[in-house]
Amino acid sequence: MITLAHYIVLGAMLFSISIAGILINRKNLIILLMAIELMLLAVNINFVAFSRFLGDAGGQVFVFFILTVAAAESAIGLAILVVLFRNRSTINVAEIDSMRG
Amino acid sequence: MLTPKLILTVIALAPLFGAVVAGLFGRQVGRAGAHGVTITGVALSCVLSIYVFYLLASGGWGTFNENLYTWFEVGPIHAHVGFLVDRLTATMMIVVTFVSLLVHVYTIGYMADDPGYQRFFSYISLFTFSMLMLVMSNNFLQLFFGWEAVGLVSYLLIGFWFKRPSAIFANMKAFLVNRVGDFGFLLGIAAVLFFFHSLDYQTVFAAAPTLEGKTIELVPGHAWSLATVIGVLLFIGAMGKSAQVPLHVWLPDSMEGPTPISALIHAATMVTAGIFMVARMSPLYEMSDAALSFVLVIGATTALFTGLIGIVQNDIKRVVAYSTLSQLGYMTVALGASAYSAAVFHLMTHAFFKALLFLGAGSVIIAMHHEQDMRHMGGLRRYMPVTFLTAWIGTLALTGMPGFSGFYSKDAIIEAVKESHRWGSGYAYACVLLGVFVTAFYSFRLLYLTFHGKERFVVDPPKHGHGHQHAAHHDAAHDDHHGHHAPGHLAHAPHESPWVVTLPLVLLAIPSILVGGILIGPMLYGDFFAGAIQVHEANDVLKEVGNEFHGPLAMALHGFTQWPFLLAFAGFASATYVYLFNPALAGKAAAVFAPLVRLLQNKYWIDELYFALFARGGVLLGRGLWKGGDVAVIDDGLVNGSAGLVERFALALRRVQSGFLYHYAFAMILGLVLLLGGLWLAAR
Repeated sequence: MITLAHYIVLGAMLFSISIAGILINRKNLIILLMAIELMLLAVNINFVAFSRFLGDAGGQVFVFFILTVAAAESAIGLAILVVLFRNRSTINVAEIDSMRG
Repeated sequence: MLTPKLILTVIALAPLFGAVVAGLFGRQVGRAGAHGVTITGVALSCVLSIYVFYLLASGGWGTFNENLYTWFEVGPIHAHVGFLVDRLTATMMIVVTFVSLLVHVYTIGYMADDPGYQRFFSYISLFTFSMLMLVMSNNFLQLFFGWEAVGLVSYLLIGFWFKRPSAIFANMKAFLVNRVGDFGFLLGIAAVLFFFHSLDYQTVFAAAPTLEGKTIELVPGHAWSLATVIGVLLFIGAMGKSAQVPLHVWLPDSMEGPTPISALIHAATMVTAGIFMVARMSPLYEMSDAALSFVLVIGATTALFTGLIGIVQNDIKRVVAYSTLSQLGYMTVALGASAYSAAVFHLMTHAFFKALLFLGAGSVIIAMHHEQDMRHMGGLRRYMPVTFLTAWIGTLALTGMPGFSGFYSKDAIIEAVKESHRWGSGYAYACVLLGVFVTAFYSFRLLYLTFHGKERFVVDPPKHGHGHQHAAHHDAAHDDHHGHHAPGHLAHAPHESPWVVTLPLVLLAIPSILVGGILIGPMLYGDFFAGAIQVHEANDVLKEVGNEFHGPLAMALHGFTQWPFLLAFAGFASATYVYLFNPALAGKAAAVFAPLVRLLQNKYWIDELYFALFARGGVLLGRGLWKGGDVAVIDDGLVNGSAGLVERFALALRRVQSGFLYHYAFAMILGLVLLLGGLWLAAR
């Protein structure tokens, strides 16, 4: 029997993996974007799990919105990435530090 | 319609109009236009002043006192521009406009080659306007305006040749020393305003008796008489303007200005503003014996000790300048003895003969091609008879020879001091008596060194191309400018000055002889100044002197047997012997009295003292405030300090901005954790 706890643990694990991806990854900007997507998915799993458990469809509606926004966001992110690569010839996170104070 | 108001307004404003035209449109009107318009303005003022004087003296007018214009009103205080014209004012107006008119004419000759011709005429007309505003004022504020305006013009004219460092030094000195006096003057006016709640003469003088017994605690625990405080403060202003010890140091240096100015401003009119002011304030001064004693002692000290300096001076103008100081001291002594009319009377006669002496000195300076050192003169009487004769008349008047103007006014002062029982009058009497001897000595010394004896200058025949060069130099027209000649060497023989120079000399010589004998009766012993000058019954020394007065002729004859004449004659005799018959004696005497001569030549080291104490002290204070206050606290501390603090804080803070995305993300997560943790803790 799969209970709510299993879903929440899965969501937490995915979220932790994505945080680790963001913090540990020093190489690739694409991995960073992927980690952000993963973070959103972890949140989505929680929404769906609670929606099913509480019998409230609102959570699932929310998931659709998040997916839409996430798609738009990754599209913009990838577009920026392409332009960035054209300008700097790299997508190495450690080298992109023009915002340094 | 010639209303009194219109006449007085024209008197005051005509010189201002001339000054504006000559000053602002000098290039358009040219030289002739500049002196034409200013002389016309001042002549108009002079003629109308004489008319006003005549009307007031004959009783055609009463005292005119009217406000013409309201400058501003603050609460109960009204600042008006107004005229108070009584016989005292009218006397001053005649002196100012008459001497000014003659100086204007004289300037045509004296400044003929000067590039600043129009500017000069503009300044002296502006001066005449300012001085008229001062004497015609009916309130303290306008008095102060005139007071400062004449000071400003004096500053401008002492520094007229602004390329000369000595002139700039002198005008700065005059201005600064006058500021010291003005500070006291302003405090005095403030005290008047504070206690009388009015600046109007009439109101204040009417309320003056209420000062009786009032005290003020400027220093806690010491109650001073209010009348004394006001009197002394106002007199400090007069000390600055009328160059009384210890604020006298600026007047000798003011001789850096052109000679017409020395005659008009620094002898005849501006420096007597202080005397006029105290005479005008007589109702206030009569309330305080202590203030008048102060005036008496200061005046007596000035009269004797500055006269002594005159003996050792070699610059012709400086001798006359020290003589002016000494004579101003006499006037101040008269004020201190409550003989205000005598002070004003001496002011008037002095204005004529001192302007005459100064203009005569200027005429000599022109003849000597701007050589001022009397050691290089001598024997000039052959070359310039008019200047010579008028200088003799001026000297006889100055030394108080019976019959001349100066005799009547000076003798009246000496007699008044003798009658006075005020504290300090014994000292003052001794000073003014000795001063008579000193005056005669230096005056005749000046005459003999300049006009008599052997010629101590050499006439060099002009060389080739010399004349042209000389003319070029002459353009600069500096008083002490010798061109390229060694001192005492002239390009051509001295000659009498043009008529524009000698005419004023003659016109000033006439009142120098006559005005004293004619006016002494009504002015001093009659009630000419009744209403304008108030003297308490107990202080009225002139009335006691007047009981002995039996007409000017009797006074002159009686004068021959009196101490002042004997002393003056002794001065005349010793000067004659030393400088005319036995010139070697002067050098021997100087050697015998070497320490005394050094003391006098260095003017008692007062200049050095002031320089060390105030000038250097001021520079040190300024430097201390600059280095310690401005640079250290404000610049380095406040301005650069706060900027540096922000910079250091920002340098620390910029390390947080690494530019790496994951640092920002970590910071966000950390912040989220802390926020949620905090909320959770708070909710528990």
